[in-house]
Amino acid sequence: MTIRLGGIIAGLAITAVLVLWSLVPGFMNFAFGPAPEQQPSYAFYEHGEGPEGGFSFDGPLGTWDVAQLQRGYQVYKEVCSACHSLKFVAFRNLRQLSYSEAEVEAEAKSWTVPGIDPNTGEATTRPGKPTDAFPMPFPNNIAAAAANNNAIPPDLSLITKARHDGSNYVYDLLTGYGEPDPVKAAKVGFETPAGLHFNKHFPNVNIAMAPPLAIDGQVSYADGTAATIPQMATDVAAFLTWTAEPSLVERKQTGWFVLGFLLFATALAFLSYKQIWAGMKPKKK
Amino acid sequence: MSFAWAKQYEPQSAFTKWLDEKLPLPRLVYSAVGAGYPVPRNLNYMWNFGVLAGFFLVIQIVTGVVLAMHYAANSEVAFGTVEHIMRNVNYGWMLRYAHANGASFFFIVIYLHIFRGFYYSSYKAPREMIWLLGVVIFLLMMATAFMGYVLPWGQMSFWGAQVITGLFSAIPIVGEPLQVWLLGGFAPDNAALNRFFSLHFLLPFVIAGVVILHIWALHIPGSSNPTGVEVKQESDTVPFHPYYTAKDGFGLGVVLIFFTLMVFFLPNALGHPDNYIEANPLSTPALIVPEWYFYPFYAILRAFTGDLTIPFTGIVLIPAKLLGVIAMFGSILVWFILPWLDKSPVRSGHYRPLFRKFFWFGLIPTMAALFYLGGAHAEEPYIMLSQIFTAYYFLHFLVILPIVSQIEVPKPLPFSITEAVTGKDKPAE
Repeated sequence: MTIRLGGIIAGLAITAVLVLWSLVPGFMNFAFGPAPEQQPSYAFYEHGEGPEGGFSFDGPLGTWDVAQLQRGYQVYKEVCSACHSLKFVAFRNLRQLSYSEAEVEAEAKSWTVPGIDPNTGEATTRPGKPTDAFPMPFPNNIAAAAANNNAIPPDLSLITKARHDGSNYVYDLLTGYGEPDPVKAAKVGFETPAGLHFNKHFPNVNIAMAPPLAIDGQVSYADGTAATIPQMATDVAAFLTWTAEPSLVERKQTGWFVLGFLLFATALAFLSYKQIWAGMKPKKK
Repeated sequence: MSFAWAKQYEPQSAFTKWLDEKLPLPRLVYSAVGAGYPVPRNLNYMWNFGVLAGFFLVIQIVTGVVLAMHYAANSEVAFGTVEHIMRNVNYGWMLRYAHANGASFFFIVIYLHIFRGFYYSSYKAPREMIWLLGVVIFLLMMATAFMGYVLPWGQMSFWGAQVITGLFSAIPIVGEPLQVWLLGGFAPDNAALNRFFSLHFLLPFVIAGVVILHIWALHIPGSSNPTGVEVKQESDTVPFHPYYTAKDGFGLGVVLIFFTLMVFFLPNALGHPDNYIEANPLSTPALIVPEWYFYPFYAILRAFTGDLTIPFTGIVLIPAKLLGVIAMFGSILVWFILPWLDKSPVRSGHYRPLFRKFFWFGLIPTMAALFYLGGAHAEEPYIMLSQIFTAYYFLHFLVILPIVSQIEVPKPLPFSITEAVTGKDKPAE
């Protein structure tokens, strides 16, 4: 009885305080949290839809388009790698993109990675080996920030998993550069600060990264595909999806196998349940 | 204990006879979850979730032990070793996704198990001890899950650890030193990561121990059932095996199908993208949120936005943060006194018309709203809604339940479980 009485009193007190707080502004020092200031930049943000037709790996049956991943790798190598590393991806992983062992070895060699001089022990550089990860283009984060208007170019290994709807996000970001609507911008006095670039698909629309894909044909694809900006953006977004999750397709395919097994096992479990319970549950009238 | 008609284990072979004399482990299993445990024959699928929770505890321990073989609890490399698991360990991605989603499924089945308890008043005498141990298990689960989420050392790991240990700093006088002591430093760092890993490895085995007590306590009065009428006679029960092993086996299959869909097709849907960004003490995420299964309690924490003062004097009695912390812990601790708040002699919500209305139209929408609000930005109208639903939450348990149990006129109960199932049963002469 004491517990119930105490409970009722405590419950009424908590309720009274909360209800008064929420309904009577100003009661007991309570003030509504200040509404978040609407920055003018929010008005220029546009939600992107990703590439037309989506990606080959979308959906439960999606698979890699290996030719596309190879093209995306080319874009990464020729454009992105100037500023962005892939520290969780090794050259040997390129075997998954249908490159032969010899090709991977040659590809690794074409990159320069940090090394140690075996004779003097001093820091030096050497050609890459298949077991090396894609190198950082800057010696350290301070150098990276200094060279990029104080913004450190993030490592791209996991970028498509580190953003909501990441594959589409990368595509949208790469194709979202341009100028803000001049009428709207003049009305609210919006200006992109010096050193930043307007991008309607970047959350605060002013991004430190200069447009990486500036002109059609910036990359000459080995397979002859026309290198339009949307094409390059789609290809590199696909490549970065692969770097973020090389097991994505294997995962989905394994999933179908597991699902098939479970459907079968559950059906058997259901039948054995029905058989064991037969006669235990009389039909209700 | 068991019912008089419970079957006894009879060893068949020479070996099992020998074993039964030296260590009657098979006898224990037989009486606990075998043919020797008579269970009410009318259990519905809501009685499946205890077994499922045990199953997910095992999944978590098995996947977790293997993950620990490849993980390093060092703030310099922890994030990288998780990626090592995802990329270089054979089927490491499957283990990690099963472990991460396994935590979510553990909480899903536990919430259904708890709400089964609310609706059918499973907490009432003679089962108070089972309920109390269950609340202990839930608290241990929360601690374990929180510390596990810190281990990948992503942005949400780091800032979540900062926020949650910061709760202790709200305690007057000892709060700040306590937070430093818990973290082993002024902010989450290697010391915190190391101890969280150690405890994250330890606590699941503590949970397993309390689960054994939970099941032990269950076997004193036996399982409850949807009518809330106690077992009277042998015709009210069926042996756990094969009847409920078969039924639970089917339920397990269904849940595993959903689990498979998440692990293999939507493995990151319940996580937060920010946790794929390595922890960075210099960059605060726009929105720090815990894992989804903590949302209702996080909403209650954030509902307290103002200090409790003496009106019109400005003298602060309890600061807002402390109020929120007290309310958040109180929202679970109140479950401990539930058996003594709800004194209605009728257990099942089926036969309690008024209680049932408050359950379906009060408690359930409130929990759903708090789940939503815990993940929302701390701005209007979400703050006001959090306050209203938090108020109802406490009102429900502390005020409505005791009063309803006094004034309600319950519907007539069936004489026995047998009558509830077959429609007829003679009162025993």
